[in-house]
Amino acid sequence: MPRPTPLHPRTKELCTSLAYKEWAGCYAVCRYDTYHDREYYALRHQATLMDATPLYKYEVRGPHAAELLSRVTVRDYRRHAVGRVSYVCWCDEHGKVLDDGTATRLDDDHFRFTSAEPALSWLEQHARGLDVVVEDTSRELAALALQGPLSRDVLRPLVGAGLDELRFFRALPVSFDVEGGKVEGLVTRTGYTGDLGYELWMRNDDALAVYDAVLESGKPLGLLPMGLDALDVSRVEAGFLLNGVDYSSSRSAFIERQKSTPFELGFDWMVQLEREPFVGQAALRAERERGPQRKLVGLVVDWDEFEAIYESFGLPPHLTAETCREGAPLYEHGSQVGYATSRTWSPLLKQYLALGHVEARLARPGTRLEIEVTCEYERHRAGAVVTATPFFDPERKKA
Amino acid sequence: MARHDYDTIVIGGGHNGLVCAAYLAKAGQKVLVLERRHVLGGAAVSEELYPGFTYSVCSYVVSLLRPWIIRDLQLPRFGLDLIPLESSFLPLPDGRSLCRWSDAERTRDEVSAFSRHDAEVMGDFSKAMSQIGRFVRPIIDTPAPEPASWNPKEVLSLLRLGQHFTDATVDQMELRLKLLTMSAVDYLDEWFESEALKAPMSVSGIIGTFLGVRSPGTAYVLLHHYMGEIDGAFRSWGFQRGGTGGVSNACGNAARHFGAEIRTEAPVARIRVQDGKATGVVLENGDELSARNVVSGCDPRRTFMGFVGAEHLPEDFVEGLSRYRFRGSSGKVNLALDRLPEFACRPGAEHLRGDIAIAPSIDYLERAYDEAKYGDFSRRPYINVVIPSLVDPTVAPPGKHVMSCFVQYAPYEIKEGPEHWPERREAFGETVIDTLEEYIPNLRETILHKQVLSPWDIEQEFGLAEGNIFHGELTLDQLAFQRPTAGWARYRTPVRNLWLGSSGAHPGGGLMGAPGALCAKAMLGQLGAPLEQGVSS
Repeated sequence: MPRPTPLHPRTKELCTSLAYKEWAGCYAVCRYDTYHDREYYALRHQATLMDATPLYKYEVRGPHAAELLSRVTVRDYRRHAVGRVSYVCWCDEHGKVLDDGTATRLDDDHFRFTSAEPALSWLEQHARGLDVVVEDTSRELAALALQGPLSRDVLRPLVGAGLDELRFFRALPVSFDVEGGKVEGLVTRTGYTGDLGYELWMRNDDALAVYDAVLESGKPLGLLPMGLDALDVSRVEAGFLLNGVDYSSSRSAFIERQKSTPFELGFDWMVQLEREPFVGQAALRAERERGPQRKLVGLVVDWDEFEAIYESFGLPPHLTAETCREGAPLYEHGSQVGYATSRTWSPLLKQYLALGHVEARLARPGTRLEIEVTCEYERHRAGAVVTATPFFDPERKKA
Repeated sequence: MARHDYDTIVIGGGHNGLVCAAYLAKAGQKVLVLERRHVLGGAAVSEELYPGFTYSVCSYVVSLLRPWIIRDLQLPRFGLDLIPLESSFLPLPDGRSLCRWSDAERTRDEVSAFSRHDAEVMGDFSKAMSQIGRFVRPIIDTPAPEPASWNPKEVLSLLRLGQHFTDATVDQMELRLKLLTMSAVDYLDEWFESEALKAPMSVSGIIGTFLGVRSPGTAYVLLHHYMGEIDGAFRSWGFQRGGTGGVSNACGNAARHFGAEIRTEAPVARIRVQDGKATGVVLENGDELSARNVVSGCDPRRTFMGFVGAEHLPEDFVEGLSRYRFRGSSGKVNLALDRLPEFACRPGAEHLRGDIAIAPSIDYLERAYDEAKYGDFSRRPYINVVIPSLVDPTVAPPGKHVMSCFVQYAPYEIKEGPEHWPERREAFGETVIDTLEEYIPNLRETILHKQVLSPWDIEQEFGLAEGNIFHGELTLDQLAFQRPTAGWARYRTPVRNLWLGSSGAHPGGGLMGAPGALCAKAMLGQLGAPLEQGVSS
């Protein structure tokens, strides 16, 4: 049975839908209301607050903290400035992706590392011979995702004007002004929605006070608590991958073809190959030499063709409001050339979006493929055009 | 051919003019948009008339903006940001109330308090309407057919339309014919028994027309409005973040992005016509600009009688145009409020996030029409209220609100004569506030600022003839191949190289963008059916 997060007493009161799912062993709200669209629109127009506590969190401390992360991930952390946050993936020795997450340099000898799957033994296993201690704080630290165009205005009264100086993918140690005093914590300008937003980190014991303060400050600005359903729509609009949906960790993959390299997932930009040895380096060098066979791309489904399929049955077009995580084959001239992993209707863009794996030669934006559409239990195909991600990339995200 | 300053000059920076300009610029044309006012948007405009409060001055909800236009012009990239309306609230004078939610079960619960029967058939009604919507949608997304033509492509397109009829079951066909001919009330009577459901729903049949809810033909207009609601997951009734003007600005930004030039405070005096051909425009300041094509984003009367002149037009066209009915029937009251209004029958805010209808019964609505028929505004009008600041905090300071009230009937032709509207304006505004106070006690004392627009004001300020919000009534005889007049529904006009790309052209008014987009497509030769020089009969 999943366990409650420290925010559960509060989210439970707000979650009138009783729609929960399990996320990393915890109860996580899917949607607070019968439908998630209010939360989605609040995210894109005002601000939302989500309990992100189930994330796995590790404190990496010691003179060799940067060495350890450089050794286990595809990035070189030795030159990262204090206060910098980075998105990163890590691979097995065959260069196949294990997971993705973030690393925040809190001090010269202190990083906070987050992941979708447990990573303690992986980190410890590679820490041998290094002067570094890894502490699993997954159950001690709470995390809140405050996202949306008004998120800065919501947060400023709690942490002060220093927030206005906080740049994209930077961290700021703060004391949150909450009822009855101050609470120490960290704000990072990060998120999984592709919008302006922050993630708030604090000790479990302080989480409810911060949650309440954010809700209170956000009330006049239209802030809503948000669940995973709305997040899942926004993260596809932002072109973000989800471990277990858009790719399989090489740890859980049964066969080779289920695994992916960073180059196949479009993580090329983060792979720093020419440096001291790291896990998977040789395999990744070879992969770069060879070029990836597949590529993960964004796709926009041709709505007219999609609608025409439904029209041929006398039906209006139908899509689920949630992001669909069931795969769908992709074709070129009738032959299968890949598969879509996540599909969602973007209420904002009025487009049917997908993420998918295709043969590398077809990855160029503008390439026209076809996607399988099942209507009345019959298989049909509609056009789908390869499109650069993020599909939605507002200026405010980095401004 | 002489060299021109522009490929196309678009008169009027309303949403249709801007959409048209964006399509033309995207196709590589050198385009200029000329807007008379200092802001873009025409009737789709937001203005801060009181510090800190942004009014969507005229058009206040976005219902029908075509999704294909949003995609083609990438409008979200240029600022389009629609927030859906969450509910429809009906306060009643007897202290009861009915709120229809996007949550069907919740709505059923509310409706059963009025009628178990109605609660049960609501699902059937929605299904029938969405099937009808499927039938109507191709009509509004494609140019009007030319019924008098023997051109094979025209005949085919008519046949395709006819096929929608012949493919239908007898039941469906009956339903469609009823919708085309019945009154909104008669049609709703076939489904529902409770006034609380029928009265606010029937209102969709009269918006922007000078008809009553019991007038034949209003069932179709009901459908025209229902279209905005038909596609469930893609629900499109909404507010633009920051006010309706944001829609126009997004269209304008897209047009600029594709290379169009836009000038505000550039009023056009007339369209230059030589040998039956438009060659450019003359501005009020005397400047002359030449163009290969001129598009009017203004209504048909202003375009032809104002900018062109009867002397350049065939008699039968002038005759047709003189019969084209505008008959503005609505006004607008915008309020800046010190606090959230509280409805006596249901305190709280949750049910105020969508639209609010002052339409307590069918008789109430019909009585409101009676007064208008004899040249007066309704003493107790139908009011459609929205409080966008509840879902979009950017339009009012924290804790304060803007309240937009669409009011019908306020006939353009009051018995004193339309030019006497300025003297009646204050009384009209007071009537609206008195009516609202029957539901929101003490509303008056929370009002910080008030803007009252009569149809006369709408005509003077925004150039909409007789203040008709749709550039002419949306009645069956003024739709499709008869909009604005028979034979000239294909965006072309009797003046060569002059095009009509406004709500006065097919498929009509509403913040839809289709006339502008289809006009551009017609000019670019991108429409399936061939382009003809008007009627061929």
